[in-house]
Amino acid sequence: MIDKIVFGVLDPEIIKKMSAAKLSKTELYDQEGYPVEGGLMDPRLGTIDPGLRCRTCSASIGECPGHFGFLELTKPVVNVLYAKLVYNLLGLTCRKCGRILADGEGMEKFKNGKKSLKKLKNIVKPKCPFCGEKQKKIKFLKPSSFVEGASILSSLDVRERLERIPNEDLPHLGIKNTRPEYFIITLLPVPPVTMRPSITLETGERSEDDLTHKLVDIVRINKRLRENIDLGAPDFIIQDLWELLQYHISTYINNEITGVPPARHRSGRILKTLTQRLKAKDGRFRHNLIGKRVNFSARTVVSPDPMLDIDEVGVPLEIAKELTIPVVIEKKNVKYIQKLIENYPDWPTVNYVIRPDGRRKKVAETNKKEIAEEIEVGYTVEKQLENGDWVIFNRQPSLHRMSMMGHRVRVMPYKTFRLNPTVCPPYNADFDGDEMNIHIPQTKEAQAETELLTAVATQMRSPRFSGPIIGPKNDYITGFYLLTNGDRSFTRENTVRIVRACDIDIEIPEKKTFTGKEIFSLFLPKDFNFEYGSKSDNVVIKNGKLISGTIDGRGISAFKGKILDEVDKKYGHTFAKKFLFNMTKLAIEILSIDGFTLSLSEHELNEKANKKIEQLLKDTQEFADNLIKDFEKGKIKLTVEKNSEEAFEIIIKKELAETLNKVTKIVKDEIPENNLILMAKSGSRGSIVNIVQSSAMIGQETVKNDRIKIGFHDRTFSHFKKGDKNMESKGFVTHGYKQGLSPFEFFFDAMNSREGLMDKSLKTRHSGYLERRLVGALKDLKVDYDGTVRDSGNKIVQFVAGEDGLDPSKIQKGGINVKRISEEIIGK
Amino acid sequence: MLKEFQKKSLENESILPSIILEEVEKISKLKNIREKKKSELIETLEGIYLENSFEPGEAIGIIAAQSLSEPATQMTMRTYHFAGSAGLQVTLGLPRLIEIFDSRKEPATPIMTVYFKKEFNNEKDVENFAKKIKEKKLRNLLDSVSLDLTNKKIQIKLKKIKESEKNETIEKIKEKIKKINIKVREDNISIEPENHELSIRDLQRLKKKILDLTVSGVNKIINVVVIKEGNDWIVKTFGSNLSHILKMDEVDYSKSYTNNLHEIQEVLGIEAAREALIKEIRETMSQQGLNVDERHIMLIADIMVFTGEIRAVGRYGVAGMKSSVLTKAGFEETTKHLVRASVRNEEDNFKGIFENVMINQQVPVGTGMFDLVAKIGED
Repeated sequence: MIDKIVFGVLDPEIIKKMSAAKLSKTELYDQEGYPVEGGLMDPRLGTIDPGLRCRTCSASIGECPGHFGFLELTKPVVNVLYAKLVYNLLGLTCRKCGRILADGEGMEKFKNGKKSLKKLKNIVKPKCPFCGEKQKKIKFLKPSSFVEGASILSSLDVRERLERIPNEDLPHLGIKNTRPEYFIITLLPVPPVTMRPSITLETGERSEDDLTHKLVDIVRINKRLRENIDLGAPDFIIQDLWELLQYHISTYINNEITGVPPARHRSGRILKTLTQRLKAKDGRFRHNLIGKRVNFSARTVVSPDPMLDIDEVGVPLEIAKELTIPVVIEKKNVKYIQKLIENYPDWPTVNYVIRPDGRRKKVAETNKKEIAEEIEVGYTVEKQLENGDWVIFNRQPSLHRMSMMGHRVRVMPYKTFRLNPTVCPPYNADFDGDEMNIHIPQTKEAQAETELLTAVATQMRSPRFSGPIIGPKNDYITGFYLLTNGDRSFTRENTVRIVRACDIDIEIPEKKTFTGKEIFSLFLPKDFNFEYGSKSDNVVIKNGKLISGTIDGRGISAFKGKILDEVDKKYGHTFAKKFLFNMTKLAIEILSIDGFTLSLSEHELNEKANKKIEQLLKDTQEFADNLIKDFEKGKIKLTVEKNSEEAFEIIIKKELAETLNKVTKIVKDEIPENNLILMAKSGSRGSIVNIVQSSAMIGQETVKNDRIKIGFHDRTFSHFKKGDKNMESKGFVTHGYKQGLSPFEFFFDAMNSREGLMDKSLKTRHSGYLERRLVGALKDLKVDYDGTVRDSGNKIVQFVAGEDGLDPSKIQKGGINVKRISEEIIGK
Repeated sequence: MLKEFQKKSLENESILPSIILEEVEKISKLKNIREKKKSELIETLEGIYLENSFEPGEAIGIIAAQSLSEPATQMTMRTYHFAGSAGLQVTLGLPRLIEIFDSRKEPATPIMTVYFKKEFNNEKDVENFAKKIKEKKLRNLLDSVSLDLTNKKIQIKLKKIKESEKNETIEKIKEKIKKINIKVREDNISIEPENHELSIRDLQRLKKKILDLTVSGVNKIINVVVIKEGNDWIVKTFGSNLSHILKMDEVDYSKSYTNNLHEIQEVLGIEAAREALIKEIRETMSQQGLNVDERHIMLIADIMVFTGEIRAVGRYGVAGMKSSVLTKAGFEETTKHLVRASVRNEEDNFKGIFENVMINQQVPVGTGMFDLVAKIGED
């Protein structure tokens, strides 16, 4: 367990102490290709060669963590990351004695280091109150130089200044447990080779890491600087080299400093140096630390299988053979495991056996007998996935916790994951090529949690809106509707067929014929009382009998299903799961008796409706013509702050929307009862809007909420007159998809859908970032033992979670219904 | 929770939240339930309440975040919607949600809804009020403006307006801008600075100042619409100035509202801002037909107003205030946070979630919140 990590700035002394080697040589390898001692690939820095052992810790590759080296800089150099801070420090302290330029009252403001250094600059005195030295103005030349008055401060000068700042003053400057002169680099720590491994290409050529490249530059310039100083070269040459060293070290630390040309590879590629390794989405933090790669997982395409139970997942045999669960051998399972091992190579068997000393042994045809005999308590085996094992099933994007649920394995032939279509809504999955993942929990704890906390049955109620999120859709709903609508009767033979397809235990009363409602009622618990719906279609269930009403999307479906909600609440998850499964099979059986189809002719309206619509369009056209005339005469009244053009648009848009509403009403009234309208009515697929669009007309196409206006000069197509404001030229579509669109209409429709596509791709970006920020803000909040909500600093955010302490994933919408409970106890 | 239950039952006090207890009282009065039956009811309710309560360790924050952002993927990007026939635009959908969480100082479309006291709740008074508060700048009343550079004068020609309005305007100019001489000839006003040494640039600046002068109405109220809502006449304004409007005599200050959250915080305080924050988020979601439990919205509002002022959800707000260095580094601006931590000798105590994920340690929520000590081997 790591309890804490403390951050700080390294002392050069410590750098020296923790280093395994002092580096100074520019070349990496000698003629034979072995790393040079004292070079940047010094063997003491760790090993990246398989076969070679580390010279420092004598561990081999993979075990040796690597060791730091150091490089002694000829002249000190500013660490760019601290440059701004150094600038602030120079401005706040005396150039002679190093004390903070404040006394008495001013010093009070410095206390505790709470105020930002930038603000403190305004209260600093121009003359040192301690030694009386007059201060000069210091300017910061980004990224790493400082000018005092007219002269440039060298890194050496800066370091001397910082050294003078007394320890007592540091806390007031926001510096703790370190010395400011460490912000100027004198000893450069050289990271171990394990952190910057070189790759050997196929040609035998070595390709070095970006960091190594950069370090080579630094060592080379450092050496040149030393030689030049030793030779007594003129000042300007030394100055130039010093600046070059500063540049190389700056870009080594951060290669994206504004105003500094980034260091490049020979090929012209910009090097990825230290800061770039950590930063942003592909940096160490977000890519490797917060997100991790895992083993014991599999991914493939999903396909539906309504015969699987709701919390099952069909796993291809090939995957089941590959994925394993470690099982510790106990007295109780020794026989079972032996049998598995002997079963090799057939599934299910054991892939590996691990002895108590940690040695692994692969099970093979040749040694299976031997191994089966060898195993005893204390051994661990890696058992293949079996039916009934709990796994976590997931589909990305994992937008909520129901995107990862526990399923029971069912090993099956073929190569796709199979799932019951009822669990599609929480995953938001369909079968047009979607892929999903499974993860195999490896410990007993993880397996238990998968079963008890994440299993599909436990996730039926969404914490978002306190309603069922798992449930049937589409054809299932059609099935319920066909079964329970009206008073259809079924023969006993059909009834038995339907009921037995779902459940073999249900008792079927001795009767010749059954109504659909009676069949449905067979599946309801005997003490179930429930009522919902509207005046026109009120569903009443009394003592487990469906008395009246048609079961449709409002009753049993994901998101809405009221009956599902009630059953889950009243009888618990396990019962609800079974109930739901029975229901789905019931719907399938009805559909396989009845059949259900949709014909193109069902999209057609009758003569009367077409006439009505035609007349309506004529009226609208007339209205538009008159409005245009009024507009041209300047008679359109101005609404607040709008010019007459905008006012015209508002009026005509309103009228056209009204026209579409009227058309919708005509369609509603006139369309014959057919399978198309049945689907919309039952809520299984499509809505009245879709029907109107296909069989009557589409209406106004808009781009950015306005009638179409872009295209040619003053018109949308060159076929219209300039300045035409009429319906047709502005994208009012008077045909439906069945009838077919005119070329203009078709183009306008395409414009509209293109806007929709662009919207969608923009939206996902924005909402993705919103989620990241929300999670960033809220992730540490949890409910404590005392019912309060606290953050990771133990601060109380809410005294009672959600103000009433109720978990929205447990309650029905609206919380605890006191009235109903009181009626149950006391009676009405 | 259990401990609390035991404690409270010792004190003979119910663990039920006050909302439920009130309902129990109401029902028992209505139906004349006897004391014995009532306590039986409360006992049952307590059982149900405990069954349906949050379990300790529940990562309630992540659930709230997911509950809001999952439906956000289904929201429209369409920014505008027309409020009423008059054509007031309101930012809605995802852009509005982002705006709320960003906690911008001013929303893209600030809207006020003004209600009126009983005696003013009629069409005429409300129409008058609407006219009165609408901000009129001098620039709206002008026909033309010109700079007379030789004489250093500003020439203004007014639109045709009432004589009284004209005089009022001139008074306003005199009152607000000092050191000028004004000459009026019919609709023409010439303004001459007292200081003749003004540069042309200064003259331009003066012109701008004059044009932006608020002649009448309330500052920032750019547009007004009168709407009848049930029995109430209300005024919707584009632009918001809560402190000024609330002080006006006609206004029912208990109902009037603005969608500018910062303004509410300033004028009415942080608790009011929290309520407004909840209301705004809830309405943005439900306007899109999305259903989100109020509890999640409340939690997000609570963390945003936690410190006494509205903080943004993001790197400069809530997330930037986290105590863990590693979490901050992992969120945004990695190097900045690491450098700062090194100078200040900060510590990371691994109390949060992301920190522990980073070092492959169990996270301290849910079943990872506690340690288990067990004796093994005593079959």
